[in-house]
Amino acid sequence: MNLLIAGANSDLAVCLAETFAAMEKPANILLASRNLERLEATAKDISIRFDVPCKALAFDALDYESLPGFYAALDPGPDWVILCFGYLGDEKKAEQDWAEAKHILDTNYAGAVRFLEIVAADLEKRKTGGIVAIGSVAGLRGRKSNYHYGAAKAALGVFLSGLRNRLHPAGVRVMTVLPGFLQTKMTQGMPLPALLTTSPNKAAALIHAAWKKQKDIAYIPGWWRWIMLVIRMIPEKVFKGLSL
Amino acid sequence: MPSRISGWGRYPWIEAQIAVADTTSAARKHLLAWPDCIARGAGKSYGDSALSQNVLQMTPLNRILAFDADRGEVVCEAGVGLDKLIDAFLPKGFFLSVTPGTKQITVGGAIASDVHGKNHHRCGCFSTCVNWIDLMSAAGEIIRCSPQQHPEIFQATCGGMGLTGIILAAALRLQPIKSAWIDQKTIYCRDLDAVLAAFDEFADMPYSVAWIDCLAKGACLGRSVLMVGEHAGCGGLSLPEKPTATIPFSFPNGALNSASIRLFNTAYAWVHRRHAGESRVSLDQFFYPLDGIANWNRMYGNRGFLQYQFVLPRSGGADGLLAILSAIAGMGMGSFLAVLKLFGPANRNFLSFPMDGYTLALDFGIQPGLLPFLDRLDRLVARFGGRIYLTKDVRMAPWMLKEGYPLLDRFLQVKRSIDPHNRFRSLQSNRLEIA
Ligand SMILES: Cc1cc2nc3c(=O)[nH]c(=O)nc-3n(C[C@H](O)[C@H](O)[C@H](O)COP(=O)(O)OP(=O)(O)OC[C@H]3O[C@@H](n4cnc5c(N)ncnc54)[C@H](O)[C@@H]3O)c2cc1C
Repeated sequence: MNLLIAGANSDLAVCLAETFAAMEKPANILLASRNLERLEATAKDISIRFDVPCKALAFDALDYESLPGFYAALDPGPDWVILCFGYLGDEKKAEQDWAEAKHILDTNYAGAVRFLEIVAADLEKRKTGGIVAIGSVAGLRGRKSNYHYGAAKAALGVFLSGLRNRLHPAGVRVMTVLPGFLQTKMTQGMPLPALLTTSPNKAAALIHAAWKKQKDIAYIPGWWRWIMLVIRMIPEKVFKGLSL
Repeated sequence: MPSRISGWGRYPWIEAQIAVADTTSAARKHLLAWPDCIARGAGKSYGDSALSQNVLQMTPLNRILAFDADRGEVVCEAGVGLDKLIDAFLPKGFFLSVTPGTKQITVGGAIASDVHGKNHHRCGCFSTCVNWIDLMSAAGEIIRCSPQQHPEIFQATCGGMGLTGIILAAALRLQPIKSAWIDQKTIYCRDLDAVLAAFDEFADMPYSVAWIDCLAKGACLGRSVLMVGEHAGCGGLSLPEKPTATIPFSFPNGALNSASIRLFNTAYAWVHRRHAGESRVSLDQFFYPLDGIANWNRMYGNRGFLQYQFVLPRSGGADGLLAILSAIAGMGMGSFLAVLKLFGPANRNFLSFPMDGYTLALDFGIQPGLLPFLDRLDRLVARFGGRIYLTKDVRMAPWMLKEGYPLLDRFLQVKRSIDPHNRFRSLQSNRLEIA
């Protein structure tokens, strides 16, 4: 497969690249992100360990004008695209500072839409492959701690379901991934409350398995579906008084 | 935000500022912004060598950058775990040339401690297979050092406990192997004389290590089980999947007391006496038996533990071991894990631990009376011309360092030349006055 990972510097993205490199041979992997200093090392690491071609590409989801050119230059064109970029941002800041709020909306929603439309047009024409996009359980109900981020991810979720609907006749798949809390490399070796967190490694394996099973929507891990079901069932009257 | 961290011994705990080095530029940025700092790998050193108020977490710098199969040379970032190297290169027929008793450590930590394995008598320390190191100095410059290029910096950095700079990347030579299996031979040894003789008898075997019952007294003093091994010639290059057990919480303080340890040690000796002989075991079983139990350090309770590892030169070493084992058996301060090894000749690195002779490593739960007791052992070790391993140390006094490491002054010369303001420091370097 020809796999493009957009936003490839996150821990989850790296683990996804490793998982697909290990499980989907022969694979050709393109890693795209802003920070090439990190990415080039990651690309070498993956190509050496898994004996696959792996390249690092400069990519900025916020530089909308550059996106068509970026995609057109890919050779060969990808048959699968995993969208990993996202920006959690600082909620408190976003409430007062439009620049921060806009940055959250632009990265998680507008940038994703701009890019996925380009990908979708190509895959639809070629009638192949599909899109895997990382959403968030935060997009399933607004909470005071991250509702800017949550709202952008919610919008992305609706966009993806529409896109899935549109691409279905062409046989092009769209999978929405809804991960819960992930533990990242930043915290490696430090004590963490482990109860609700999943390692990016584990998450990547679960995402790969869901992809194999051709799921449309995958909670990662699966029990988040039930947690979110409960959280979504709490009446708004009660919910507004809670601090979850 | 400050985090609470400790070494593997869970003693002491401190509050530290931790910054993540995920790129060279990030490492430089933090280094230059702080008055001082120390690099930290996987935190598997027992004591206070990777503790300081400002800690640079190196594990995110964990990429393999190049591999040359003809020369068996791999270039990688310093935060790469030995486990990652094994996973990547074992299937290609390569294994680490030197490995300690856990694979859950980083390349940076292995270099900074110049770690040794069960093959020290034949292959020396980790640095033997290091072709070069990229080191970031206190000024933020990157210096490539090797036995040929800036050899003094190389000799100070291998074994230098992170005090010469931040190791960013290294080129390592791997050894070609044919199998993921080890042919192992287990020899039961009645007493100290027997095990020392057995070490000599099996000196040609690539790997050897003895487990010693340090509570055995009198005629049984030094009762041990020697394990020797060599890479098998067949059996394939993949490792069997192995479940990991986890110690989920800290045991009550004192759960590992001398009675339970005596029981364990006796049972262990007995089992091995019965099963002495030859067997084929996986690399994991042979080299990393403890990695199968996650967080085993919690067995020692909340007070934590330490490891006391010393080496005695070969001449007079047997007498020294006898004296020290008698002192330990007499105190009844049992050690669960006591490991005895024969070392080959010392290398030229200024603070590298091994020297031609015998090394013994003992784990002790932190308990009243332990520290004065170890001070007493220090004097014995010093009297027999030995020294203490820095990566296990959390308590020795500056005199003991000076006594054991005659090349300390040369180390300090190099450190002062590339770190004139003593920016690289740890709790350990402060305690030992390495500045
Ligand atoms: C179960 C077990 C078995 C062991 N067996 C052995 C053995 O057989 N032989 C042996 O020699 N040791 C052994 N050790 C000790 C271990 O190998 C060393 O302590 C090793 O240095 C730990 O590496 P780390 O990555 O965890 O480093 P840390 O514990 O994080 O740091 C150790 C030292 O390395 C320095 N350091 C780490 N990374 C860098 C870097 N990038 N740049 C500069 N300095 C750095 C730190 O400043 C510190 O001084 C064992 C430890 C355990 C827990």
